Amino acid sequence: MSEKPRYERPSLQRHRSGAMNKMGSFPGLRSKGQIDGVAVGELVERYGSPVFVFSQRTLEDRIRTLRDAMRLRWPRVQLAWSYKTNYLDAICQIHHREGSWAEVVSGMEYERAMRNGVPTSQIVFNGPYKDDASLERALVGQSMVNLDHYDELAAAERIAERLGLRPKVGIRLNMSAGSTPRWSRFGFNLDSGQAWDAVRRLLGGGKLDLAGIHCHLGTFVLDLDAYREAAGKLAAFANRLRDELGVKLDWLDVGGGFASQSRLKSQYLPGEQATPPLSRYAEAVADGLRGLNTPPSEMPLLILETGRALVDDAGTLITTVVANKRLPDGRRAVVVDAGVNTLFTSFWYQHQIHPAVPLHGTPEPTVIYGPLCMNIDVVADSLLFPPVEVGTHLLVGPVGAYNIPQSMQFIFLRPPAVLISPRGEHGLIRRAEVLEDLVSLDRVPDWLRGE
Amino acid sequence: MELDLAISPSGFVFDPRTGATFSANPAARLLLEGMQEGEGLAALVARLQAHFEVGEADDLERDVLEFLRVLQDETLVPAERELEG
Amino acid sequence: MARFTETVLVTGLNATDNPGPGVAVAQSLRDDPDFGGRIIGLAYDMLDPGHFLPDLFDASYLIPYPSGGREALFDRLAYIQEREHAGVLLPNLDSELPALMGQEAALGALGLRTFLPSRAQFDQRNKDRLGELRDKFGIPVPRSVNLVEVEGVYALHKLFPFPMVIKSPFYGATIVHNTDEAVHAFWSAAAQWGYPVIAQAYVEGEEVNVTALGDGRGGMVGAVAMKKMLLTDKGKGWAGVTIRDRGLLSLSEELLRVLSWRGPCEIEVRRDRQGAFHLLEINPRMPAWVDLCFGAGQNIPLATARLAAGEAVTSLPDYRVGAAFVRVSTNTLLTIEELETLSSAGERHGRRTS
Repeated sequence: MSEKPRYERPSLQRHRSGAMNKMGSFPGLRSKGQIDGVAVGELVERYGSPVFVFSQRTLEDRIRTLRDAMRLRWPRVQLAWSYKTNYLDAICQIHHREGSWAEVVSGMEYERAMRNGVPTSQIVFNGPYKDDASLERALVGQSMVNLDHYDELAAAERIAERLGLRPKVGIRLNMSAGSTPRWSRFGFNLDSGQAWDAVRRLLGGGKLDLAGIHCHLGTFVLDLDAYREAAGKLAAFANRLRDELGVKLDWLDVGGGFASQSRLKSQYLPGEQATPPLSRYAEAVADGLRGLNTPPSEMPLLILETGRALVDDAGTLITTVVANKRLPDGRRAVVVDAGVNTLFTSFWYQHQIHPAVPLHGTPEPTVIYGPLCMNIDVVADSLLFPPVEVGTHLLVGPVGAYNIPQSMQFIFLRPPAVLISPRGEHGLIRRAEVLEDLVSLDRVPDWLRGE
Repeated sequence: MELDLAISPSGFVFDPRTGATFSANPAARLLLEGMQEGEGLAALVARLQAHFEVGEADDLERDVLEFLRVLQDETLVPAERELEG
Repeated sequence: MARFTETVLVTGLNATDNPGPGVAVAQSLRDDPDFGGRIIGLAYDMLDPGHFLPDLFDASYLIPYPSGGREALFDRLAYIQEREHAGVLLPNLDSELPALMGQEAALGALGLRTFLPSRAQFDQRNKDRLGELRDKFGIPVPRSVNLVEVEGVYALHKLFPFPMVIKSPFYGATIVHNTDEAVHAFWSAAAQWGYPVIAQAYVEGEEVNVTALGDGRGGMVGAVAMKKMLLTDKGKGWAGVTIRDRGLLSLSEELLRVLSWRGPCEIEVRRDRQGAFHLLEINPRMPAWVDLCFGAGQNIPLATARLAAGEAVTSLPDYRVGAAFVRVSTNTLLTIEELETLSSAGERHGRRTS
């Protein structure tokens, strides 16, 4: 007697123009049963679901690739790990072991960098709000403070005067470059002459030394010309500082913004085809800096604050199917145990979703919902996905950037994070939250106690 | 139930009334054939059980009822139609 | 040259009113007595007309859309190669190239070879970067500016006079006559295609097109110039005739030289009233009228296939001026079973060789 075929739920797909093609017209058709050689089942059994899984090997590869590509083209290069992208201690420490400094944007992040053993002189301090205490600590600690606005400049001068210091500072510049929308809210505008005014004001004050210039173009910038142009403008500005004001810079900071392999919602081609490799970003920056007119002995340190492009591709979230539904419009809906509370980036990116086991059956238009009792909790809309059973694990990626720091304890607690070493060992780098972690912060005032 | 459809063994479905064409997977093809023969809910479930290896988690009754909604959405059967038994 | 007997995979079977070039490519191969291979069509839609031309194609397969990613595409190519053992892949749509450029090793593992530009060459011809060709190499490109904010639109009149062209790097172009129209066109281009939006000086004149084949080392293997005689409402050529203009061909040669272009391309040029040429676009592939090149004496599809296969093709013979084409739109009758085959199996086999 022949075996009966395994049952798959009935599916009827209308043929539509432009969609008469069932030949795997979606990414993630392939199953992925393991991450860096560790079985998905083993990870879930040990750590539960959902769980973030980071690949140390991928992270190290990305760091080394960028560092080497930039050093090939520029004599003095320093990566500064963008803490806000992912500030799990283990992730930060991998960066620091690879020689990266820290780039922070608040006092809290500054303290995180210090407790990871980063010397204060190797911390780049950016951001539009640096409270007085944090600013003072950074100036005393000889960190690379990039000033964002005139009020901050004045605050730095007050601190310097009070403490009898003459700190070196940088200023942040914004500008139009390439075809990336202009981020004009941070720093001083270069194109309008505001930046030049700020420099004259800074030097005129006589309390601070200008040692660096910084710019950060935006986020997920796919346009290499934007970096070429921005680096060119920085170089021209540095030349002018030198020629007209005799300022010799210690550092030139081109910020971050390089894209990962992820895919914006508006993007047609997947990241593998749309995102330039790190070497081409490095090439664009070096091209732009070519006009820098500085003797070799006085070459400023080139700082890169790359965040997303280094860590995003190293992170995967394992989530589990908890329910199947049919929506009134005919689409299939799948509910999984991690939603936008955990995957904040699903608002802007089309993540790849791979099943941990091969799925058979006809792909159908499917919505993947998270577990929140909120209409906005959509992990993936209009995905072509084969039928999937409750209990199936799905791998969502790349999610290594921003999801850990931006996830929240809304309705559910935050999941654990696991690191896999290049040798295949794995262990927690953040344990799962428990209720006590949250309620220990709560206080009930006296007048609500008693009867 | 009246279901005037041309259904091929490969799962290609043609609606001669509207000209629409569809792809049906094996379970859907089986259900369409059963409906053409006028089978009710219980018979359709039995038909699936006879042809497939069904797991414990599968809820055939729910799947058949959902499938009927799909057919109604596609206007292959009238919206008010219910399965018997 | 020896007869070419490799099996060739050809994409772009959408010979509709906005035609993909695949059918014209297949026609050029099939009609050349020097071609003795098989032709396999690769298509995205089961109703792409190329599926239903069994005189041209030995078989055709559905393949995943470019948005589906490289993995899905290579899985499908592996499946097809197990059955067809083709030696050459001729991709004919712009959107297919990012998945294939620089993938010689992965394609080679499937037994496939291509003759494509590098990613850098491909990017250099993006519409928002054509201006660099003017600035760096003196190629005559109408003046243009890339805009990422609407403020820039209000200053356009200082750069060049109205009318001007507002377009996206991807598709479509609008001629605008004043700032109001330009603002409107800016927002609609940005909404549909994102940034940048390109504003370009309008050049009045006649459009002429060249299909050219670059050897990747700066040389031009062949080139045929054509004037469209009749346009569809989408601006696509419905009829055309080969022409010869020394200036046009030397512009093409110069372009291929400065780009070191590897592979075929279509160069769109406008000739102004003074007879000067202005480069509008470079499409990184053969056009849907490429069979006219064959008809005029230069089989650019076959030459591309030969170069992909590693044969030396240095230069094609001169072409005949006055060769013309008209696109004939006819209906092909099918049975529902023929649709069923493609829908269910995703492939169709069998060539008609009567």
